[in-house]
Amino acid sequence: MNGRIVHIASNTFREAVRDRVLYNLIAFALLMSGAAILIGQISINIERLVVINLGLTAVSLFGIVIAIFIGIGLVSKEIEKRTLYTVLSRPVRRWEFIVGKFFGLACTLVVNTVFMAIGVFGALLYVSHHFQTADGWVLVALYFIILQFLIITSLALLFSSFSSPLLAAVFAFSLFVIGTFAEDLRGFAALTQGFTRWLATGAAYIVPNFSALNVISSVAHQQPVAGQLIFYNTCYALIYTAMALCGAVLIFEHRNLK
Amino acid sequence: MKASRRVTVIAGVLVAGCMLASVALVHHLDQVRTGASLEEVLYIPSPKALKRMSLGYDGLLADVYWTRAVQYFGTKHRVGAKRYDLLAPLLEITTYLDPQLVVAYEYGSNFLAPAPPNGAGMPRRAIDLQEYGIRNNPNEWRLYYELGFIYYMDLKDYAGATEAFARGTRVPNAHPFLRLLAGQMAEHAGDLQTARMMWTATYQTSTETAIRANAAAHLRALQVDEDVTRLEALVASYREQTGHFPASFSELEAAGILRGTPVDPLGHPYKLMPNGRVEVRSPDDFPFIQKGAPPGYVPPEAPKVLPTD
Repeated sequence: MNGRIVHIASNTFREAVRDRVLYNLIAFALLMSGAAILIGQISINIERLVVINLGLTAVSLFGIVIAIFIGIGLVSKEIEKRTLYTVLSRPVRRWEFIVGKFFGLACTLVVNTVFMAIGVFGALLYVSHHFQTADGWVLVALYFIILQFLIITSLALLFSSFSSPLLAAVFAFSLFVIGTFAEDLRGFAALTQGFTRWLATGAAYIVPNFSALNVISSVAHQQPVAGQLIFYNTCYALIYTAMALCGAVLIFEHRNLK
Repeated sequence: MKASRRVTVIAGVLVAGCMLASVALVHHLDQVRTGASLEEVLYIPSPKALKRMSLGYDGLLADVYWTRAVQYFGTKHRVGAKRYDLLAPLLEITTYLDPQLVVAYEYGSNFLAPAPPNGAGMPRRAIDLQEYGIRNNPNEWRLYYELGFIYYMDLKDYAGATEAFARGTRVPNAHPFLRLLAGQMAEHAGDLQTARMMWTATYQTSTETAIRANAAAHLRALQVDEDVTRLEALVASYREQTGHFPASFSELEAAGILRGTPVDPLGHPYKLMPNGRVEVRSPDDFPFIQKGAPPGYVPPEAPKVLPTD
């Protein structure tokens, strides 16, 4: 990675860390992990399950909210404050700006996830009194959540490179919702015929496949995650992120900033 | 006082006053709307629709619905309710959202199967729930045990119970008592001894306090039934010998028929009635007894819970 990308990434990271909304969201996610302990106590025999399900869901949802709401402002804010022109007047290429912004936010999200994960494991230790070997699979679920963040961040950047922040947020969130139905969509596409089938199948394969990246329920039941799934999910997330980033770069390269 | 300060004070007082008034009104509204209980509402009855709406976070939603089922049953059970209309749908939604949530099958069938006031009186729905659980978790021996338990205790279908226990014995790592139960059931279905064996197995294998307390209460009731049967037989034998009922257990002792004053499982002496009946001193302490309660005894709406042994 060249030095210019690293500089932009580190500045983006610092800017995101200074954002107070970020801390509110992390605090809320940690609070939810703590609340899992209370919810587990008003039910029967699911304390551990609730801690993992609620904790990881909070990490995932709050991370996605952070990714979308910070991601959509990465480009538009710079244009609005006219700082983009200062950056681009230096020997920085437009693609470097986009890639640097992406890595900056990705780094922020990884750090956030680590903090929220400490909260989840703390709650887990409180209810179980000790860790079990199977709790290691929770780390795999967290890894998959980070892969989701990478995809969402790249999509937020892609949409923010050509539309207003509000529209970009709507597009990114809609694609997240549609992506959770990816497997169902392929199933529905298989039921159609002719041209509709081609169209539906194409659309079903293009939307991000978030359903395969959600293993929260199975790790809560201490079920192992197949090595093949980890490998394919990693490859898929990296390729999809690269695709969306390239799209963002393509649009931003040709965007009239005057 | 400055104008801005005056506004601050008035606004602060108004905020506090309005908050207190709204709390008081909510309290009054709850009292007015006692009949319109919100707990009897299932806004989205379709498990499939709920699964789609969960956006992949179906495990968490299953936990929420399981907690709701537990709270629904607990609240109604406490007041001795006769109807549990939402219980089966809540359990079906829970297990559809998370088919691996074994606890919902195990405890859910304990809520569904027994007749009111101990449960919802829906043994067939409990069997459907267990069969669904077995299809999704074929290696959980406890589910076969629970299935056999429902057949035996709630339906008195001994063939069904035998088959369920026999299916359970084929599961890897099944508890050895499943084989014992299958054998016992085939030969002595309906015996007091078989029932005792099943409740003992429940007591010994469960870690949940409520389930253990329930099993202990049933074991105590079986002991009372056995004691009363035996003591009444002794009284009848004494009457045959002497032509009259004994006035107290000490007469039986003096006649060499009985050793010591018989006591119930909680340590209280049994009562011998003038007509030769044997009764427990406090029938409320034994909610599941078939014998030993005074004639016309009406049990409390909610069974009395005692600490486990």
